[in-house]
Amino acid sequence: MVQNLNYIPIHDYLIFCSALFCIGVTGVLIKRNALVILMSIELMVNSINLLLAAFSAYTNDPAGQIFVFFIMVVAAAEVAVGLAIIVVIFRTTHSIDIDVLNKLKW
Amino acid sequence: MNILIWLIPLFPLLGFLILGLGFKRIPKAIASFIGTGTIGISFIFSIILFINSTHQITSSPVHQLTSSPVHHLFTWFSIGNLTIPFSFLIDPLSILMLLIVTGVGFIIHVYSVGYMGHDEGFNRFFANMNLFVFFMLLLVMGANYPVMFIGWEGVGLCSYLLIGFWFRNHEFNAAAIKAFIMNRIGDLGFLLGMFLLFTTFKSLNFNEIFSLAKGMTPGNGTMVAITLLLFVGAIGKSAQIPLYTWLPDAMAGPTPVSALIHAATMVTAGVYMIARSHILYLLAPATMNVITAVSLFTALFAATIAIYQNDIKKILAYSTISQLGYMFLGLSMGAFTGAMFHLTTHAFFKALLFLAAGSLIHALNGEQDIRKMGGLKSKLTKTWWTFLIGTVAISGIPPFSGFFSKDEILLSVFRNSITLWTIATIGALLTAFYMFRLLFLTFYGKYRGQADRESSIHESPKVMIIPLITLAVLSALGGIINLPGLFGGSTMLEQYLAPVFAGAEQFIRPPNYSVQPLTEWLLIAVIVVYIGAMVLIAYSRWMKNKLVPDAKVIEKSFFTRLCVNKFYVDEAYDAVIVKPVLWFSRILDEIVDTGIIDRVVTGTGRVTVWTGNTVRYLQTGHVGFYLFVMIGAIIAILVYNLLIL
Repeated sequence: MVQNLNYIPIHDYLIFCSALFCIGVTGVLIKRNALVILMSIELMVNSINLLLAAFSAYTNDPAGQIFVFFIMVVAAAEVAVGLAIIVVIFRTTHSIDIDVLNKLKW
Repeated sequence: MNILIWLIPLFPLLGFLILGLGFKRIPKAIASFIGTGTIGISFIFSIILFINSTHQITSSPVHQLTSSPVHHLFTWFSIGNLTIPFSFLIDPLSILMLLIVTGVGFIIHVYSVGYMGHDEGFNRFFANMNLFVFFMLLLVMGANYPVMFIGWEGVGLCSYLLIGFWFRNHEFNAAAIKAFIMNRIGDLGFLLGMFLLFTTFKSLNFNEIFSLAKGMTPGNGTMVAITLLLFVGAIGKSAQIPLYTWLPDAMAGPTPVSALIHAATMVTAGVYMIARSHILYLLAPATMNVITAVSLFTALFAATIAIYQNDIKKILAYSTISQLGYMFLGLSMGAFTGAMFHLTTHAFFKALLFLAAGSLIHALNGEQDIRKMGGLKSKLTKTWWTFLIGTVAISGIPPFSGFFSKDEILLSVFRNSITLWTIATIGALLTAFYMFRLLFLTFYGKYRGQADRESSIHESPKVMIIPLITLAVLSALGGIINLPGLFGGSTMLEQYLAPVFAGAEQFIRPPNYSVQPLTEWLLIAVIVVYIGAMVLIAYSRWMKNKLVPDAKVIEKSFFTRLCVNKFYVDEAYDAVIVKPVLWFSRILDEIVDTGIIDRVVTGTGRVTVWTGNTVRYLQTGHVGFYLFVMIGAIIAILVYNLLIL
């Protein structure tokens, strides 16, 4: 497995992960649907996960891959909370458009 | 023996705690029992100490005490090489003071039961009086300057509390504050003197300092500084010029307070302190000269003012200042026994005069103006008798106590300088003059007060009369305790105090004149004749011609006006010190406090509010905007890091 990962040079991973991350950031910035924003955030998190795994293989240090598992657990919990919030918001406002959610202001 | 010593101050303290904490819940009967009883017990213990000490002196070689007079209780504090033990010095000098404080104190406490009987602050009064006696005992018993200083400060505090006893009256409160501040000026001198003593002798214990000082030669500059600073303390506490103005105002307190604190005990603390540190003073002849000048001037000055006062208690207050001047005069002449003798007799007759005046005021329902008295002799016979004895005693008419003590001081002055003696004698004559003026105006002639009040004048109850009679007997016979050889006496007090003042003779400057018995008789005759003349003048002015001091007399001459207005000293202090201080504090208040500090403080608040008001509009509530800002900020941080690294 580790050898397979190493067939692809490290800078390819870097470019791919950066691209994924940027797609995530763009999604967060331009989308108005809260569900999609949440998905974009997941994309950003997973791009980092992939990068961690790649570097772990590259440096022969398994710690990076352990990290990935931790991040996955935390991300799952976070998504659960995020989705729950979105469900509650939908129940009260019948919308998950973030532009409608502008009640919390001065 | 040892237990007795610390029980003496303990009982008044216990009395204070019980009455102070029990406050109004304790019934008056029990409160008066506790208040007087504690002092009575201390008095009995003091007598036992006294009897023991006389045994010691008679059974041992002359001028030697068998047991060590210092009784160590515990170490108060110890910092570096400064160790202050809480210890008591019990020698003849402190035993004499113990007897005066507890004895006269006890009599005055008994009197107060009657005098303060109708007052709602009865328990508070006795609590404060007991506290005062406690501090006064610490002052006279302390074996080092710091313990003495606790007492010194404590009596000042009690004096403040008792002058302002009727605190609903703002004038009384002002008088209390005045006394406190004046005392504080003196206390600063005392404190600085202590510091200098410590740097010089590396100790503050009486025994160590005095034994070191005995080996020194007179005329040392440091000694002059120390003694002058300590004398500043004495000036404040004992109301000498220039810090005397608080004492007449202190008469705002209840009359027993004036008798106990402002006549018999507290104001004599300065005299006691100098008598205690006599060796230091003998080493500083320059200070002695200062004391001579100050005390002589005070004695004369206060007596002059007393002639023109119309408030019975103020007259007695100025008289006290004048008599204190005589005590200091005696000290400055090296006649320490004479000064202590006068202190003792003065405690008797001045307490008597104040208490008799109190009885008078009590009978007249609080009237203190002698212009509204007169003709009280027939109504207040017992008060009149006792007041008469007090007047005769203070005037120095033989064979009453004041004659012997004042004569001893005058004689010691005569030995040094005839000029000073003349001035001091004039002061003594003035004493007779104003005292008889007071006597004639109050008890003789016709009643000048409101006619409807005349019928309600009544003699005081027994509880007040018996203390008066006791003090009258003491004032009349008090001279016996130090009857000079001239009258066939054995100068008991002098022999009793001899161990204290032993070893100091070498420093006392030799007298300029040696006085033969004939000269002494002559001096006494001169003084007595002149005093008689003074009494006659007073008689003719206020008895025969029935002169009553009123506005017309005031207008008469410049000097009279000056005296009536107490030489405008209060006004001068007001203009020179009080007004500038107030002006300065007003400047600080208006410019520095409200102008600068307040503006900075409120300015800080205003800036915060303004910032908040302006910046809060950034919180738009649009999640998309927040996300933009967040990511923009992250990118900015990254870029910044890249540029820096």
